[in-house]
Amino acid sequence: MTGTIMGAADVSRVLTRIAHEIVERNDGALDVVLLGIPSRGLPLAHRLAQRIAEIEPGFDADAATGALDITMYRDDLFKNPTRAIGTTTVPDAGIDDAVVVLVDDVFHTGRTIRAALDAIRDLGRPRAVQLATLVDRGHRELPIRADYVGKNIPTARSERVDVHVEELDGEDAVILRKGE
Amino acid sequence: MRHLLSAKDLSRDDAILILDTAAQMAATQEREVRKLPTLRGKTVVNLFFEDSTRTRISFEAAAKRLSADVINFSAKGSSVSKGESLKDTALTLQAMGADAVVVRHWASGAASRLATSGWMHGSVLNAGDGTHQHPTQALLDAFTMRKHLVTDPLGNDLAGLTVAIVGDVLHSRVARSNVQLLHTLGATVVLVAPPTLVPIGIDPWPCDVVHTLDQALDAYDIDALMMLRVQRERMTGGGAAFFPSPEEYSRIYGLDGARMRRLPDHAIIMHPGPMNRGLEISAEAADSPRSVIVEQVANGVAVRMAALYLLLAGEEGAA
Repeated sequence: MTGTIMGAADVSRVLTRIAHEIVERNDGALDVVLLGIPSRGLPLAHRLAQRIAEIEPGFDADAATGALDITMYRDDLFKNPTRAIGTTTVPDAGIDDAVVVLVDDVFHTGRTIRAALDAIRDLGRPRAVQLATLVDRGHRELPIRADYVGKNIPTARSERVDVHVEELDGEDAVILRKGE
Repeated sequence: MRHLLSAKDLSRDDAILILDTAAQMAATQEREVRKLPTLRGKTVVNLFFEDSTRTRISFEAAAKRLSADVINFSAKGSSVSKGESLKDTALTLQAMGADAVVVRHWASGAASRLATSGWMHGSVLNAGDGTHQHPTQALLDAFTMRKHLVTDPLGNDLAGLTVAIVGDVLHSRVARSNVQLLHTLGATVVLVAPPTLVPIGIDPWPCDVVHTLDQALDAYDIDALMMLRVQRERMTGGGAAFFPSPEEYSRIYGLDGARMRRLPDHAIIMHPGPMNRGLEISAEAADSPRSVIVEQVANGVAVRMAALYLLLAGEEGAA
C-alpha cells in the first residue's frame, strides 16, 4: 500500500498519545529532556514538549528541549557525499542524570540512533535514554528498539517513507513511496 | 572540494560553508569531551619545511579533535636536510597512506605542486607557501570578524564591513589570502603600507591602498584592523632596505593606544601572530579588550577542523 499513510490529524493524535506515554513511563516529566534529531525530529520534539507541558504544568517545554546533530558520529561518512553539519543545542542544565528522550521521524536501520547514542555519550551521562519515533518502518540492522512508536508501517526495503512536518514542509503527513 | 590551496579558489558559497561548519566545530569545543570520532582511521601528515609553532599545533589539535592520526614531519632533522626532493617526500607520504597532507613551505606554489603533480592521492591543505597563500589563516580571520561584527553570523557573509590590513604586505601571504577571501565575502579591504612594502602589480587586487595609518583612520570607518608582522627574515638586506628605521616604521605604521582610540567603538584589533610588540603593535593595543588576537588562535582550531572535515569526509575518491 503506497500513498499517504497518516494525515495531520493522525500525526497530532499520535504525538498526544506519545506525550502521555512518556509522562506515564517516567512517573511525571521532572527529569525528562527531549532531544530532536534534525531535521524533522526537531519540530516533533518541540511539539511533544508542548504536549507534555499541557499534561504536567511544572514542565518547562523550552528549557527541556534540544537538538542533537549526529552527522559527525555517522558510520557512513566515507560512503556518501559530504554532509553539512547541523546545530546541536542542549538545555542549559545539561543532560547529566536526566532521562533523555531521543525524537526522530522515521526509525529504520537503527544506525542513526546508534550515532545518537555515541553523540550523547560526549555530552554527558543521562540516567536513561529512551527513543520516540513517529514511524517505525522495520529493517533493523542493529539491536536497537524504540520505546514510543507512533505507527508501525510494514515496508519493503526498496520503498521510501517521507515524513512531512508543518514547520518545514507546510503540512503534516507520512507518505509511503514505491522505490526505484 | 578536494584540496585547499588558495583563498582565490573559494567561491562565496564554499567560504560560507567552511565558516558555518567551523561555527559548529567551535560549539563542540566548549563541551567537556571535545573529541569527535568523525575522522577515525584517517591519517593527516603535517609536512613543515618552514618553522611554525601555532599553525602546526593548530592543525595538529584540529586533526586530533576529529580522531584522525597525526604524523608530524618537519624538514629540520629529516631526510629533507639530506637533500631529498619534494617529489620523493611526497611519494614516501603516499606509501605511508596519508589521507591529507598539511604543507608549509618556503617556496610559493609548493602546495599546488604537491596537489597537482599526481605524486600522491591525498588532499593537500596549504598551510602557507612562501609569500603566496595561507588560506586557513584568512578563513579564521573571516570567522573571527563574522563572529564579532555580523549580527546573525550563520549563513552570512561580511558585506558592508571595512577591513584595514596594515604593514608588510609585500612579504605577507596572510594579506594576499585575506584580500581575496574578504573580497569574495563582500567586505571592503584597505591595505596600509609604505610604498616599499607594497607588491609590484597590486593594481588588479580588489582593494584600496593608502600609505600611512593616520590617513586610513581618517578616510575609512574601520570595523577590523589587522596588523601584520614585519617579516625581517624574508627581507633581503634586512629591514633597512625597506624602511629607514624600526622607530620610523613604528611611528607611521604602528598601532599604539592613541591610534586605537580613534577607531570606532565596535572595531576589533587582529594580528596573525607572532607579534613584534613595540614594532607594529604596542602592548597597550595588543592587550586591550578590543584585541581578539588570542581568540584568533582558538578560532583557528575550529576552522581547521572544518577544513579537514569537508576535505576528508565524503565518498572515497569522489571529487
